[in-house]
Amino acid sequence: MSVPLHGIIAEYESAEELLHAARRAREAGYTQMDAYSPFPVHGLSEAIGFEDHKVPWVVFISGVIGAIAGFSLQYYVSVIDYPLNVGGRPFLSWPSFIPVTFETTVLFAAFGAFIGMLALNGLPQPYHPVFNAPRFERASQDRFFLCIEASDPLFDRVKTRQFLENTGARLVSEVEE
Amino acid sequence: MQQEIVQTEPAGRLIEGGHTYESITHKIGSVVLSYKHPRAWYIVTAIAAVGVFTLITSIAWLLLRGVGIWGINQPVGWGFAIINFVWWIGIGHAGTLISAILLLLRQQWRTSINRFAEAMTIFAVMCAGMFPLLHVGRPWVAYWLLPIPNWTGAWPQFRSPLIWDVFAVTTYFTVSLLFWFTGLIPDFATLRDRAKKRIAQVIFGVLAMGWRNSAKHWHRYDAAYLLLAGLSTPLVVSVHSIVSLDFAVSLIPGWHTTIFPPYFVAGAIYSGFAMVLTLVIPIRAWYKMQDFLTMKHLDWMAKIMLATGLIVFYGYIMEMFTAFYSANQYEQYLVANRFFGPYAPYFWALLICNGLIPQVLWSPKVRQNVVLLFIIALIVNVGMWLERFVIVVTSLHRDFLPSSWGMYYPTVWDWGLYLGTIGFFTFMMFLFVRFVPMISIFEMRDLLHQTDRHHPAAATAAATPVAHTEVTP
Repeated sequence: MSVPLHGIIAEYESAEELLHAARRAREAGYTQMDAYSPFPVHGLSEAIGFEDHKVPWVVFISGVIGAIAGFSLQYYVSVIDYPLNVGGRPFLSWPSFIPVTFETTVLFAAFGAFIGMLALNGLPQPYHPVFNAPRFERASQDRFFLCIEASDPLFDRVKTRQFLENTGARLVSEVEE
Repeated sequence: MQQEIVQTEPAGRLIEGGHTYESITHKIGSVVLSYKHPRAWYIVTAIAAVGVFTLITSIAWLLLRGVGIWGINQPVGWGFAIINFVWWIGIGHAGTLISAILLLLRQQWRTSINRFAEAMTIFAVMCAGMFPLLHVGRPWVAYWLLPIPNWTGAWPQFRSPLIWDVFAVTTYFTVSLLFWFTGLIPDFATLRDRAKKRIAQVIFGVLAMGWRNSAKHWHRYDAAYLLLAGLSTPLVVSVHSIVSLDFAVSLIPGWHTTIFPPYFVAGAIYSGFAMVLTLVIPIRAWYKMQDFLTMKHLDWMAKIMLATGLIVFYGYIMEMFTAFYSANQYEQYLVANRFFGPYAPYFWALLICNGLIPQVLWSPKVRQNVVLLFIIALIVNVGMWLERFVIVVTSLHRDFLPSSWGMYYPTVWDWGLYLGTIGFFTFMMFLFVRFVPMISIFEMRDLLHQTDRHHPAAATAAATPVAHTEVTP
């Protein structure tokens, strides 16, 4: 066949079956794979050997930027550009700047979480080959999938297929690129 | 047999009716994708649409004639606009409490109601935001509230709680919207995959943004969702605290007290849960969602309402005690004026609605009675509105000098705008129920998975009682 493959995908009926299969695939030495489930399955990302802690850092850094931006805005307005003497209070009356600083911190951090999560996940993404897999629409409903990708060094059209068939999959199929 | 099940697990389960992943997805998703809706949906939406027109008319007339069409005057400059602003903002707070704080506390029962409550937050904050904007008199220059350089050369006064309020409310709205949308992405993907019609596939496909339920996606998603919850939790406390500072930072009798921030936050959650119950009880019946919104959920919401109601009542008692103990004649007069002054009926009604009637919730029988719960929730909604009325009006209408005393009477336009926002809120909620999954589908699947693991036989409807007694490892 001339159509390049994205990988070979196996369908399971339960989260436990998927977890089990993902662990076995890791033990067999596969590294390039992805699992698909209709809800976040605890331990699944570890099972496929994926770990990423960038989101919390993005949120933290956005929050710090928000705090600095919020406070400096108030400093610039109240001390430099438009100083108003209110009852002899200092221009830099920082305790009354805390609420707004807090709000901008939360605002920036929340945008960091939202945009950071989407960007790191590569979303929005109009096309992805895994959607070519048969019955893949059920990954968002009630079925669990494990896809071993063609980029894996151990990937072999026949052997990988046999391997997945032996993990208790209901259906194993090739996914075109 | 049936009785034994009840005995071994008295509180009931969070998902009833022997559901599977597929049946949950179908039950919730089909509300959006089908064209069949209960007749009640059409009736309520039509009535709410009348409310929307009332709102538009009230705003149009206000913009033409100015705030003079309202009942506000000297000394009562705040009136309905601020009463309703505080009332609506408070209602929004239960949404964030349910979605964020209960998530952090790992309360599984939040799953069935969080989507709904978050939607309520967003629409309630929209209603709330209209009031101060219109109250400024010239809403077309409302951007002066924001730190935007403009031709006047002036900047906002950052030492004022009113500016803190602008930041708090806009941040609250934005973060609630982000949180809500984040929760919706996987459900949009589900609807995209289930939709039969091309138009639905395209719309939900665009909204899902290519979400493919990958474990890698979920991994980052969980982190982001939890962090958003962690950010929303202090945010929600800050918002109503700042709203209360609008009052507490002033010197007016009855406003200038330190108990205001915690007392406002408790009141907000109280009124918010009342509104959740008011909406959930009919919608659960019309859309037959009793399997997901069980009596257990209603029971717990009623308990939270009871608890926060007691905190609020403690606040009332504390206000009176502070007035007495301060030996300040103006504070003492304020309390006397509330009990026996011209607005005394409002105050007594408030005590009955917020303090007395909700005490029947101590009885489990009342909490299990859907109709009674609905009525009590409505009464609490009214009570919390009266509370804000009493706070705003009784303090302002008689302050320090009898020469500056006055009375406040709302006009038809005050009522028009207020009822208009109720119509708008209901209208938006019913559109939400129609076009967006009202219960988080993926979290319900997750909940089913977890409860199945803990109760192995739970997935099969007629489980043997023995299976339920198993304890989580």
